[in-house]
Amino acid sequence: MSRKLWHFPGGLHLPDNKAMSTGRPSGQSAIPQRLIIPLQQHIGAPAKPLVAVGDRVLKGEMLAKPEGYVSAPVHASSSGTVLAIEEHPVPHPSGLSAPCIIIETDGEDRWAELAPHPDYRQLDPSELRNIIRDAGIVGLGGAGFPAFIKLNPGSRVAIDTLILNGAECEPYITCDDMLMRERAEEVIYGARIMRHALQAKQCLIGIEDNKPEALAAIQDALAHIDDKSIEAVQVPTRYPTGGEKQLIKILTGKEVPSQGLPIDIGIVCHNVATAASVHRAVDLGEPLISRLVTITGHGAAEPQNVEVRIGTPIAGLLEQAGGVNTAPHRLLMGGPMMGFELKNAELPVIKTTNCLLLASAEDSPERGPGRACIRCGACAEVCPALLLPQQIYWYARAKDFDKAQDYNLFDCIECGCCAYVCPSNLPLVQYYRFAKTEIWAQERDKKAADKARERHEFRVFRQDREKEERAAKHKAKAKAVKKNSDEDTKKAAIQAAMERAKAKREAAGIEPKNTENLTEAQRQQIAEAEERRQAMKDQNTSSTAKKEANEE
Amino acid sequence: MSAVLPSSPHVHGPNAVSKVMHQVSLALIPALIAYTWLFGWGVVLNVLIAATVALASEALVLKLRDRPVMATLADGSALVTALLLAIALPPLAPWWLTTLGVAFAIILAKQLYGGLGYNPFNPAMIGYVVLLISFPLEMTSWLAPGELREGALSFAGAVSYVFTGNLPGMTGLDSLTMATPLDTMKTQLGLELTLNEITASSVFGELGGTGWEVVNGLILLGGLFLLFRRIISWHVPVAMLSSLFLASGLFHLINPDHYAGPLFHLFSGGAMLGAFFIATDPVSGATSDKGRLWFGAGVGLLTFIIRTWGGYPDGVAFSVLLMNMAAPTIDYYTQPRVFGHKRG
Repeated sequence: MSRKLWHFPGGLHLPDNKAMSTGRPSGQSAIPQRLIIPLQQHIGAPAKPLVAVGDRVLKGEMLAKPEGYVSAPVHASSSGTVLAIEEHPVPHPSGLSAPCIIIETDGEDRWAELAPHPDYRQLDPSELRNIIRDAGIVGLGGAGFPAFIKLNPGSRVAIDTLILNGAECEPYITCDDMLMRERAEEVIYGARIMRHALQAKQCLIGIEDNKPEALAAIQDALAHIDDKSIEAVQVPTRYPTGGEKQLIKILTGKEVPSQGLPIDIGIVCHNVATAASVHRAVDLGEPLISRLVTITGHGAAEPQNVEVRIGTPIAGLLEQAGGVNTAPHRLLMGGPMMGFELKNAELPVIKTTNCLLLASAEDSPERGPGRACIRCGACAEVCPALLLPQQIYWYARAKDFDKAQDYNLFDCIECGCCAYVCPSNLPLVQYYRFAKTEIWAQERDKKAADKARERHEFRVFRQDREKEERAAKHKAKAKAVKKNSDEDTKKAAIQAAMERAKAKREAAGIEPKNTENLTEAQRQQIAEAEERRQAMKDQNTSSTAKKEANEE
Repeated sequence: MSAVLPSSPHVHGPNAVSKVMHQVSLALIPALIAYTWLFGWGVVLNVLIAATVALASEALVLKLRDRPVMATLADGSALVTALLLAIALPPLAPWWLTTLGVAFAIILAKQLYGGLGYNPFNPAMIGYVVLLISFPLEMTSWLAPGELREGALSFAGAVSYVFTGNLPGMTGLDSLTMATPLDTMKTQLGLELTLNEITASSVFGELGGTGWEVVNGLILLGGLFLLFRRIISWHVPVAMLSSLFLASGLFHLINPDHYAGPLFHLFSGGAMLGAFFIATDPVSGATSDKGRLWFGAGVGLLTFIIRTWGGYPDGVAFSVLLMNMAAPTIDYYTQPRVFGHKRG
């Protein structure tokens, strides 16, 4: 049973503060009056609304469909009426608003018709992926990447190992812990479906050793379900073990290549909660409309885990979950190491809301005074990516982004270990995010500039080509005109001479002789001759005209 | 970059620059006590003068630069510079010598570059070298350690000498001073004496110079304390002491009469101070572990070269400054392999 484990470099032992929120069994939140469902709760393109204001929707009904490949649909998490489709503040580090579908619930919580698939083995992987995609399942560990994409290895690689991430290394957060304790079979069922979709040889569930109850529950369920290809593995508690690359290293000894994906080394990693929701989507036909959320911190009166409908406003949820202590606190989404602060509690719970941390001064003390970097290297010692954070900081600060990239800025996973140990209290991660954003912006600008330059160059090329073509045409035309005009002048000269002669004759009053006293018969003869001439003349002109037309 | 909300992480460990600096100061105390015990009250006067001048000159420049004075003084780095320089100066240095060295170190070598974190050279060593070059006589007038000295020097006597240059009731400083062991070694080796003849003198003890070896031993102890508290990493001290040991050992093996032994090198002059307290200065040294090995090895080797063939009896200060210059280059070539990148 003891499996060989490896180590990842760096990392920290942090006070985990998890026991705080595991004392109570998970609760179920009530249906809020309004659900605020953002169209983008995942990495990728926002979903496209399928409903209009005023529509009645049922629980589990798709409200918006995915737009493009990297996208995910969103569903109604209870029944009601679409009240509005408008911008609403959403939980995001930027604190900005984004389009949301707002539903006034009717309290009936009536399900739409569901389409369960009792035997996943009957489905081929691509059918499974479609079901998972249509269920709106995204990575529930925090990243929110559409899960079906990570279940699509393509034809290029065979997947050796599916890893389920139950490490949950961030302090305070216990939603995965509680899920594994209370709904271990769901995780295992999900793991089996995922393994089938990936055709993976084995599945490992990594659980940190500060969660013995979760490990026991999973092992119990495994014994019960009796699937030899799935194994629960206890890993040492060390932040950031729950990082995808770190957990893969611990369990397999392999390193995900820089700028690469786990799939490049035949590994796929999903969160345990994602697995549970895959089970619900396939076996029960339920889309992702709720999740376990940890409500904790010294600001929370009764720290606990709650199953919350996606779109539930945080303020009401907190009130329901025992309320808030009076001591001043900040509201964080996620853990203290990688979470971000929310401006207010009017925001909704979304698919990636794993934890609401009501951080009092005890949980998140005021930072000491910031000082200059003394290059002590404490940051490099704890960096799980083996970077030199002190050097990257130096260059990011100096806005020397090329140098920052030379020192592999983009291998930084923003785990925050460096900033945690920095004796100078520098907000290092903030500098790295700043540098990354600036570099992305520069690249966008560069791409735009490249495109503009390409367009300009093509325009110049096209103008030149047209100019040349026009010139060539002119030349050809001029040549043709010259040829034509030679003949024309001749003809014109003859005609002019003839006309001149005629005019002369008319002017001189010269008429043919002996035409005054003619007999009737003679006149008749002359008229006939005139007619013939005229006819011949007409014929001649028309043939010339035809000839000319042909020449044209 | 004034983000509306503070960025993650929202928690911070117990590390602080001021804690680091205070531990370094603390680690120097045993050696300072022994130094005072052996070489008299002058050491205490050096420390007091150096500390006062360091804090005052740092405060002055901060005020001129319009930076927070008290918050910056509280980081403790000026005090460390003062202590390091005070322990490196002759035990009976005139007040102006200490003042000049410390003021130069703090004002020119540290604050004019931008203060803590921005100085390319170790400020204490800059101060020391400036004094050594400008005032060679004063800088080499070392008191003899207590047991080798004729007559004691009272606290009042030390004060009088340091501030006025007069030694009450005595003929002169000469009766109290002597050349340092490193100096003696260098001069006498230059006179073609063999090592055995030289070390027979009472100036030399078991490992290094009489008295000196005790001070160096206590500095080693302080250094081990810093290692234990993880204030410094082992890379620089180990690399520096081993390269000094290996270089001196090799030449000692080749010609034991003409080259002092490796233990003498390790326990004389500024070797221990340099290895644990000076070359480990993170600001002016190399930053990666591999870089620190190269940095330390360079300091050790240069120290041996300067001591053996250079113009000065000790070379730690010069070696550290030379390696400070090389640090950015070392950093550039010793970047560690990043996770997920190919090995080698």
